[in-house]
Amino acid sequence: MLRIFHNTTYDFIRPWRIMVAITVAFIAIGLVLLGVSWARTGHAVHYSIDFTGGTSVELHFDRAPDVGTLRSALDGGGVRDANITSFGSDRDFTIRAQGTGTNAAAEAQAPSAERVAARIDTILAQRFGKGAYHIVRTDAVGPRVGSELQRNAVFAILISFLMTLGYLWVRFDWRFGVAAVIATGHDILTTLAFIKLLDLEVSLTVVAAILTVIGYSLNDTIIIFDRVREDLRRKRKESLYATLNRAINETLPRSVMTHATAFAATLALLFFAGEVIRPFAWVMAFGIVTGTFSSVYVAGPVLLWIERRWPREGRQPERSGGAKAKAPPAATGAATRSPRAAAVRH
Amino acid sequence: MLNLRYRLAIIAVLVAVSIWALLPRSTVQRVDTGSGVARYDTVRQVPIRRGLDLEGGMHLTLEVDQSKGAVANMSDAIDRALKVIRTRIDQFGVSEPVVQKEGTDRIVVELPGVQDQQRAYDIVKEAAFLQMEIVDKTQALDKAIPHIDALLKAKGVTGAAPAAAPGATPPANAGVQSLFSNAPADTTKKGADTAKAKRGPAAAARSGHGASAAADHPGRADSAKDSTRQDTTALASLTGGPFSRLVQQGQMPGEFYVAESDVPTVTRYLSMPEVRAQLPPGKVIRWSNDTASIGQRPYRAFYVLDQRPIITGEYIVDAQPASDPIEGTKVDFRLSREGGRRFLAETSRHVQDYMAIVLDSVVMGRPPVIQSAISTNGQITMGGRDLQAAQDLALVLRAGALPVPLKVAEVRQIGASLGQDSVHAGVRAGVIAILLVVTIMLVYYRFSGLLAVGGLALYLLYTLAALAGFDAVLTLPGLAGFVLSIGIAVDANVLIFERIREELDHRKTPRTAIDEGFHHAMSAIVDSNVTTVLTAAILYQFGTGSVKGFAVTLIAGILASMVTSIFVVRTFYMIWLARVRAPQTISI
Repeated sequence: MLRIFHNTTYDFIRPWRIMVAITVAFIAIGLVLLGVSWARTGHAVHYSIDFTGGTSVELHFDRAPDVGTLRSALDGGGVRDANITSFGSDRDFTIRAQGTGTNAAAEAQAPSAERVAARIDTILAQRFGKGAYHIVRTDAVGPRVGSELQRNAVFAILISFLMTLGYLWVRFDWRFGVAAVIATGHDILTTLAFIKLLDLEVSLTVVAAILTVIGYSLNDTIIIFDRVREDLRRKRKESLYATLNRAINETLPRSVMTHATAFAATLALLFFAGEVIRPFAWVMAFGIVTGTFSSVYVAGPVLLWIERRWPREGRQPERSGGAKAKAPPAATGAATRSPRAAAVRH
Repeated sequence: MLNLRYRLAIIAVLVAVSIWALLPRSTVQRVDTGSGVARYDTVRQVPIRRGLDLEGGMHLTLEVDQSKGAVANMSDAIDRALKVIRTRIDQFGVSEPVVQKEGTDRIVVELPGVQDQQRAYDIVKEAAFLQMEIVDKTQALDKAIPHIDALLKAKGVTGAAPAAAPGATPPANAGVQSLFSNAPADTTKKGADTAKAKRGPAAAARSGHGASAAADHPGRADSAKDSTRQDTTALASLTGGPFSRLVQQGQMPGEFYVAESDVPTVTRYLSMPEVRAQLPPGKVIRWSNDTASIGQRPYRAFYVLDQRPIITGEYIVDAQPASDPIEGTKVDFRLSREGGRRFLAETSRHVQDYMAIVLDSVVMGRPPVIQSAISTNGQITMGGRDLQAAQDLALVLRAGALPVPLKVAEVRQIGASLGQDSVHAGVRAGVIAILLVVTIMLVYYRFSGLLAVGGLALYLLYTLAALAGFDAVLTLPGLAGFVLSIGIAVDANVLIFERIREELDHRKTPRTAIDEGFHHAMSAIVDSNVTTVLTAAILYQFGTGSVKGFAVTLIAGILASMVTSIFVVRTFYMIWLARVRAPQTISI
């Protein structure tokens, strides 16, 4: 039987201060960068036109064109401030013209996004000839749709937060729920910092990746917490610190294996699935790392801290748990939740 | 615990159903031949629908345009608009189009394989809201022009209009001159148009387009010479202010010409609420679809019209494209009997007036004069546009007008080759991911790993079958999600195997260890998967098109992985246990 990390007794939790310091520093760097670019450009990250509204045209030229000519043709044709990037080769280009902003008058005057796409085509046909290139892909998003997608993305992340908190609340003890959600919040922040550091374009797909990271990281936290719950029931004398460490060590082989397979699939996406999926794969790859990290070094310390602030009485297993004992005897399940909620808000 | 035989039977049934769901089957598809005529074709393919990002095609989001007034009954209007667009697209001939409502005021249209962007817009977006409106003859705008000039001056708009190119001024004046000499007096004009109307026997909604209007000039100028009744003073006053500088009066009352380069400026002026307020109520200004060359410069006309249409397109029962050697391409339309009655009543009241044919707020060609009462037959000349334009216009007129104006809120168009490339790249990544995962599982778990790989094979089968069975759409992010789920799918197996190893460490027999392992790993598997399904469900709720595809694939993958790891792999173990009887060791 081939075994790795079998019967380990690492004291994972001990260096939690250093780990928390590292991750806080990482997040701080990310937030500073986000803040700086928000102050300078009005956008914290590089949003794709999914969110800003605007037009993006992907072109393939039969022969490599001169980028300067391309730019001057577009400028001359009235498509100003277009962002021209090449990808894959010097014959593949993406032309992006972002939305004009919120000025209502300007918006009424500005050509609609779909007109911009048509105009880009006309300009290029004039400058390079109709057969010299072909349009591989066009995306044109109106400003209203863009801002709505933006709102939906934020909504989705918030609601998944609340729903998982609710689920964990029902299945575990509120302490676990709060710890898991804080760990998840940490993952979102580090992922944002990562996106900023790599200057990835935030598109709908990247938001999907962030949500998947949330799910994945929770999954990992739950595996450890599930073991903590079980060990708490079995070994009531042990401190939570020791139980947590034991649970992490016990689930270590599983964690290593699971992350290995998930990471293998992500690497396959990163290197072989093409340009469009790459930002998704980057976020996913980082998410696996940060999710694993936070399950141990964020969820764990937070759980310990909560335990110190609101110790469960008599170290009982949480199912017939401390919080319930506090509630009036006649209270129903629903009613017991409100005093707990009050406790969280303190 | 279920009997082994039953378990095997259930797995066999699942496999059979999955294979059946995935069998390539022949479907009859409509294929666009490019001319707007659909051809039916039989295609044999695996019944997994591919999203536009893999298939290539166009995705349009249409939004109710409320910029020109709020829509009263939105849900009813959007439902009717949906029906109209569906009818149009069916006639357009696209295989498996998607037309569906999104939210309260949007319609999503997906046209797989469609690459002609402009044509697709025309078909889908053209409101085809046809109205016949009488051209104003009360000189409503002429009277308002001094006020508009004063108003614009007060607002700080000087004679040198910002949007007008400096070079535009002298030719614009030349335009005034030429129009001037053309003597746009009432009498001459009527003569000219009468002559023109006589050419067509049906003489219903005949619209002289720009080109023919220009061609009419010489003759008109001749007859104008003997006409002395010229409103020179009115015209002279048109040349002073910021607004009147750009606008030349046309040959019929209520017709005005603007140099093409000044059109945006004039549009801007006319859209100002204060300027609009200068126009008497019940009058409306609409641009023409055609340009006319006066001198060397293109001019565009706008018309002051009675806002109340004498008839609208809802009475159209048929419309056919036609082509005529003299008038070019045109669309003949026929009104219903009730429409004919109304039209007759209105036109008999407006004999000798000009009638503008307004399609989607744009005047089609020059308004013809109403010679006599007209009932059910009419025509729209296309002003030099080709037969396909006439075909498309006839199509949208037949399918009916959109009950509300729509605008394009989002367009996504993916070339077919890009989609194909994405599929290849995705499949390649998937194969590599499978190889990696299989290797890891076999090296680490040996025999049990093999069982897990067997489970993984069934997992792939079930997931694909679920996608086919629920008619889900496989998108590029969905494909990525699928590849990712291959890596995550074995997680449940890993949890179980590790648990079994622990039980074995506690000196349990393989049989008990397996039972206990499955039993204890269950809560962790369920909890962790439920949270992932929850986030995926939220993603489905809030995501659009391709992201929805991702969410669906993820959910299908998680369900399939739970079935395979908990049920199928367990059954494999049971088979093994049944064959080996009392194993002392287990390869895990």
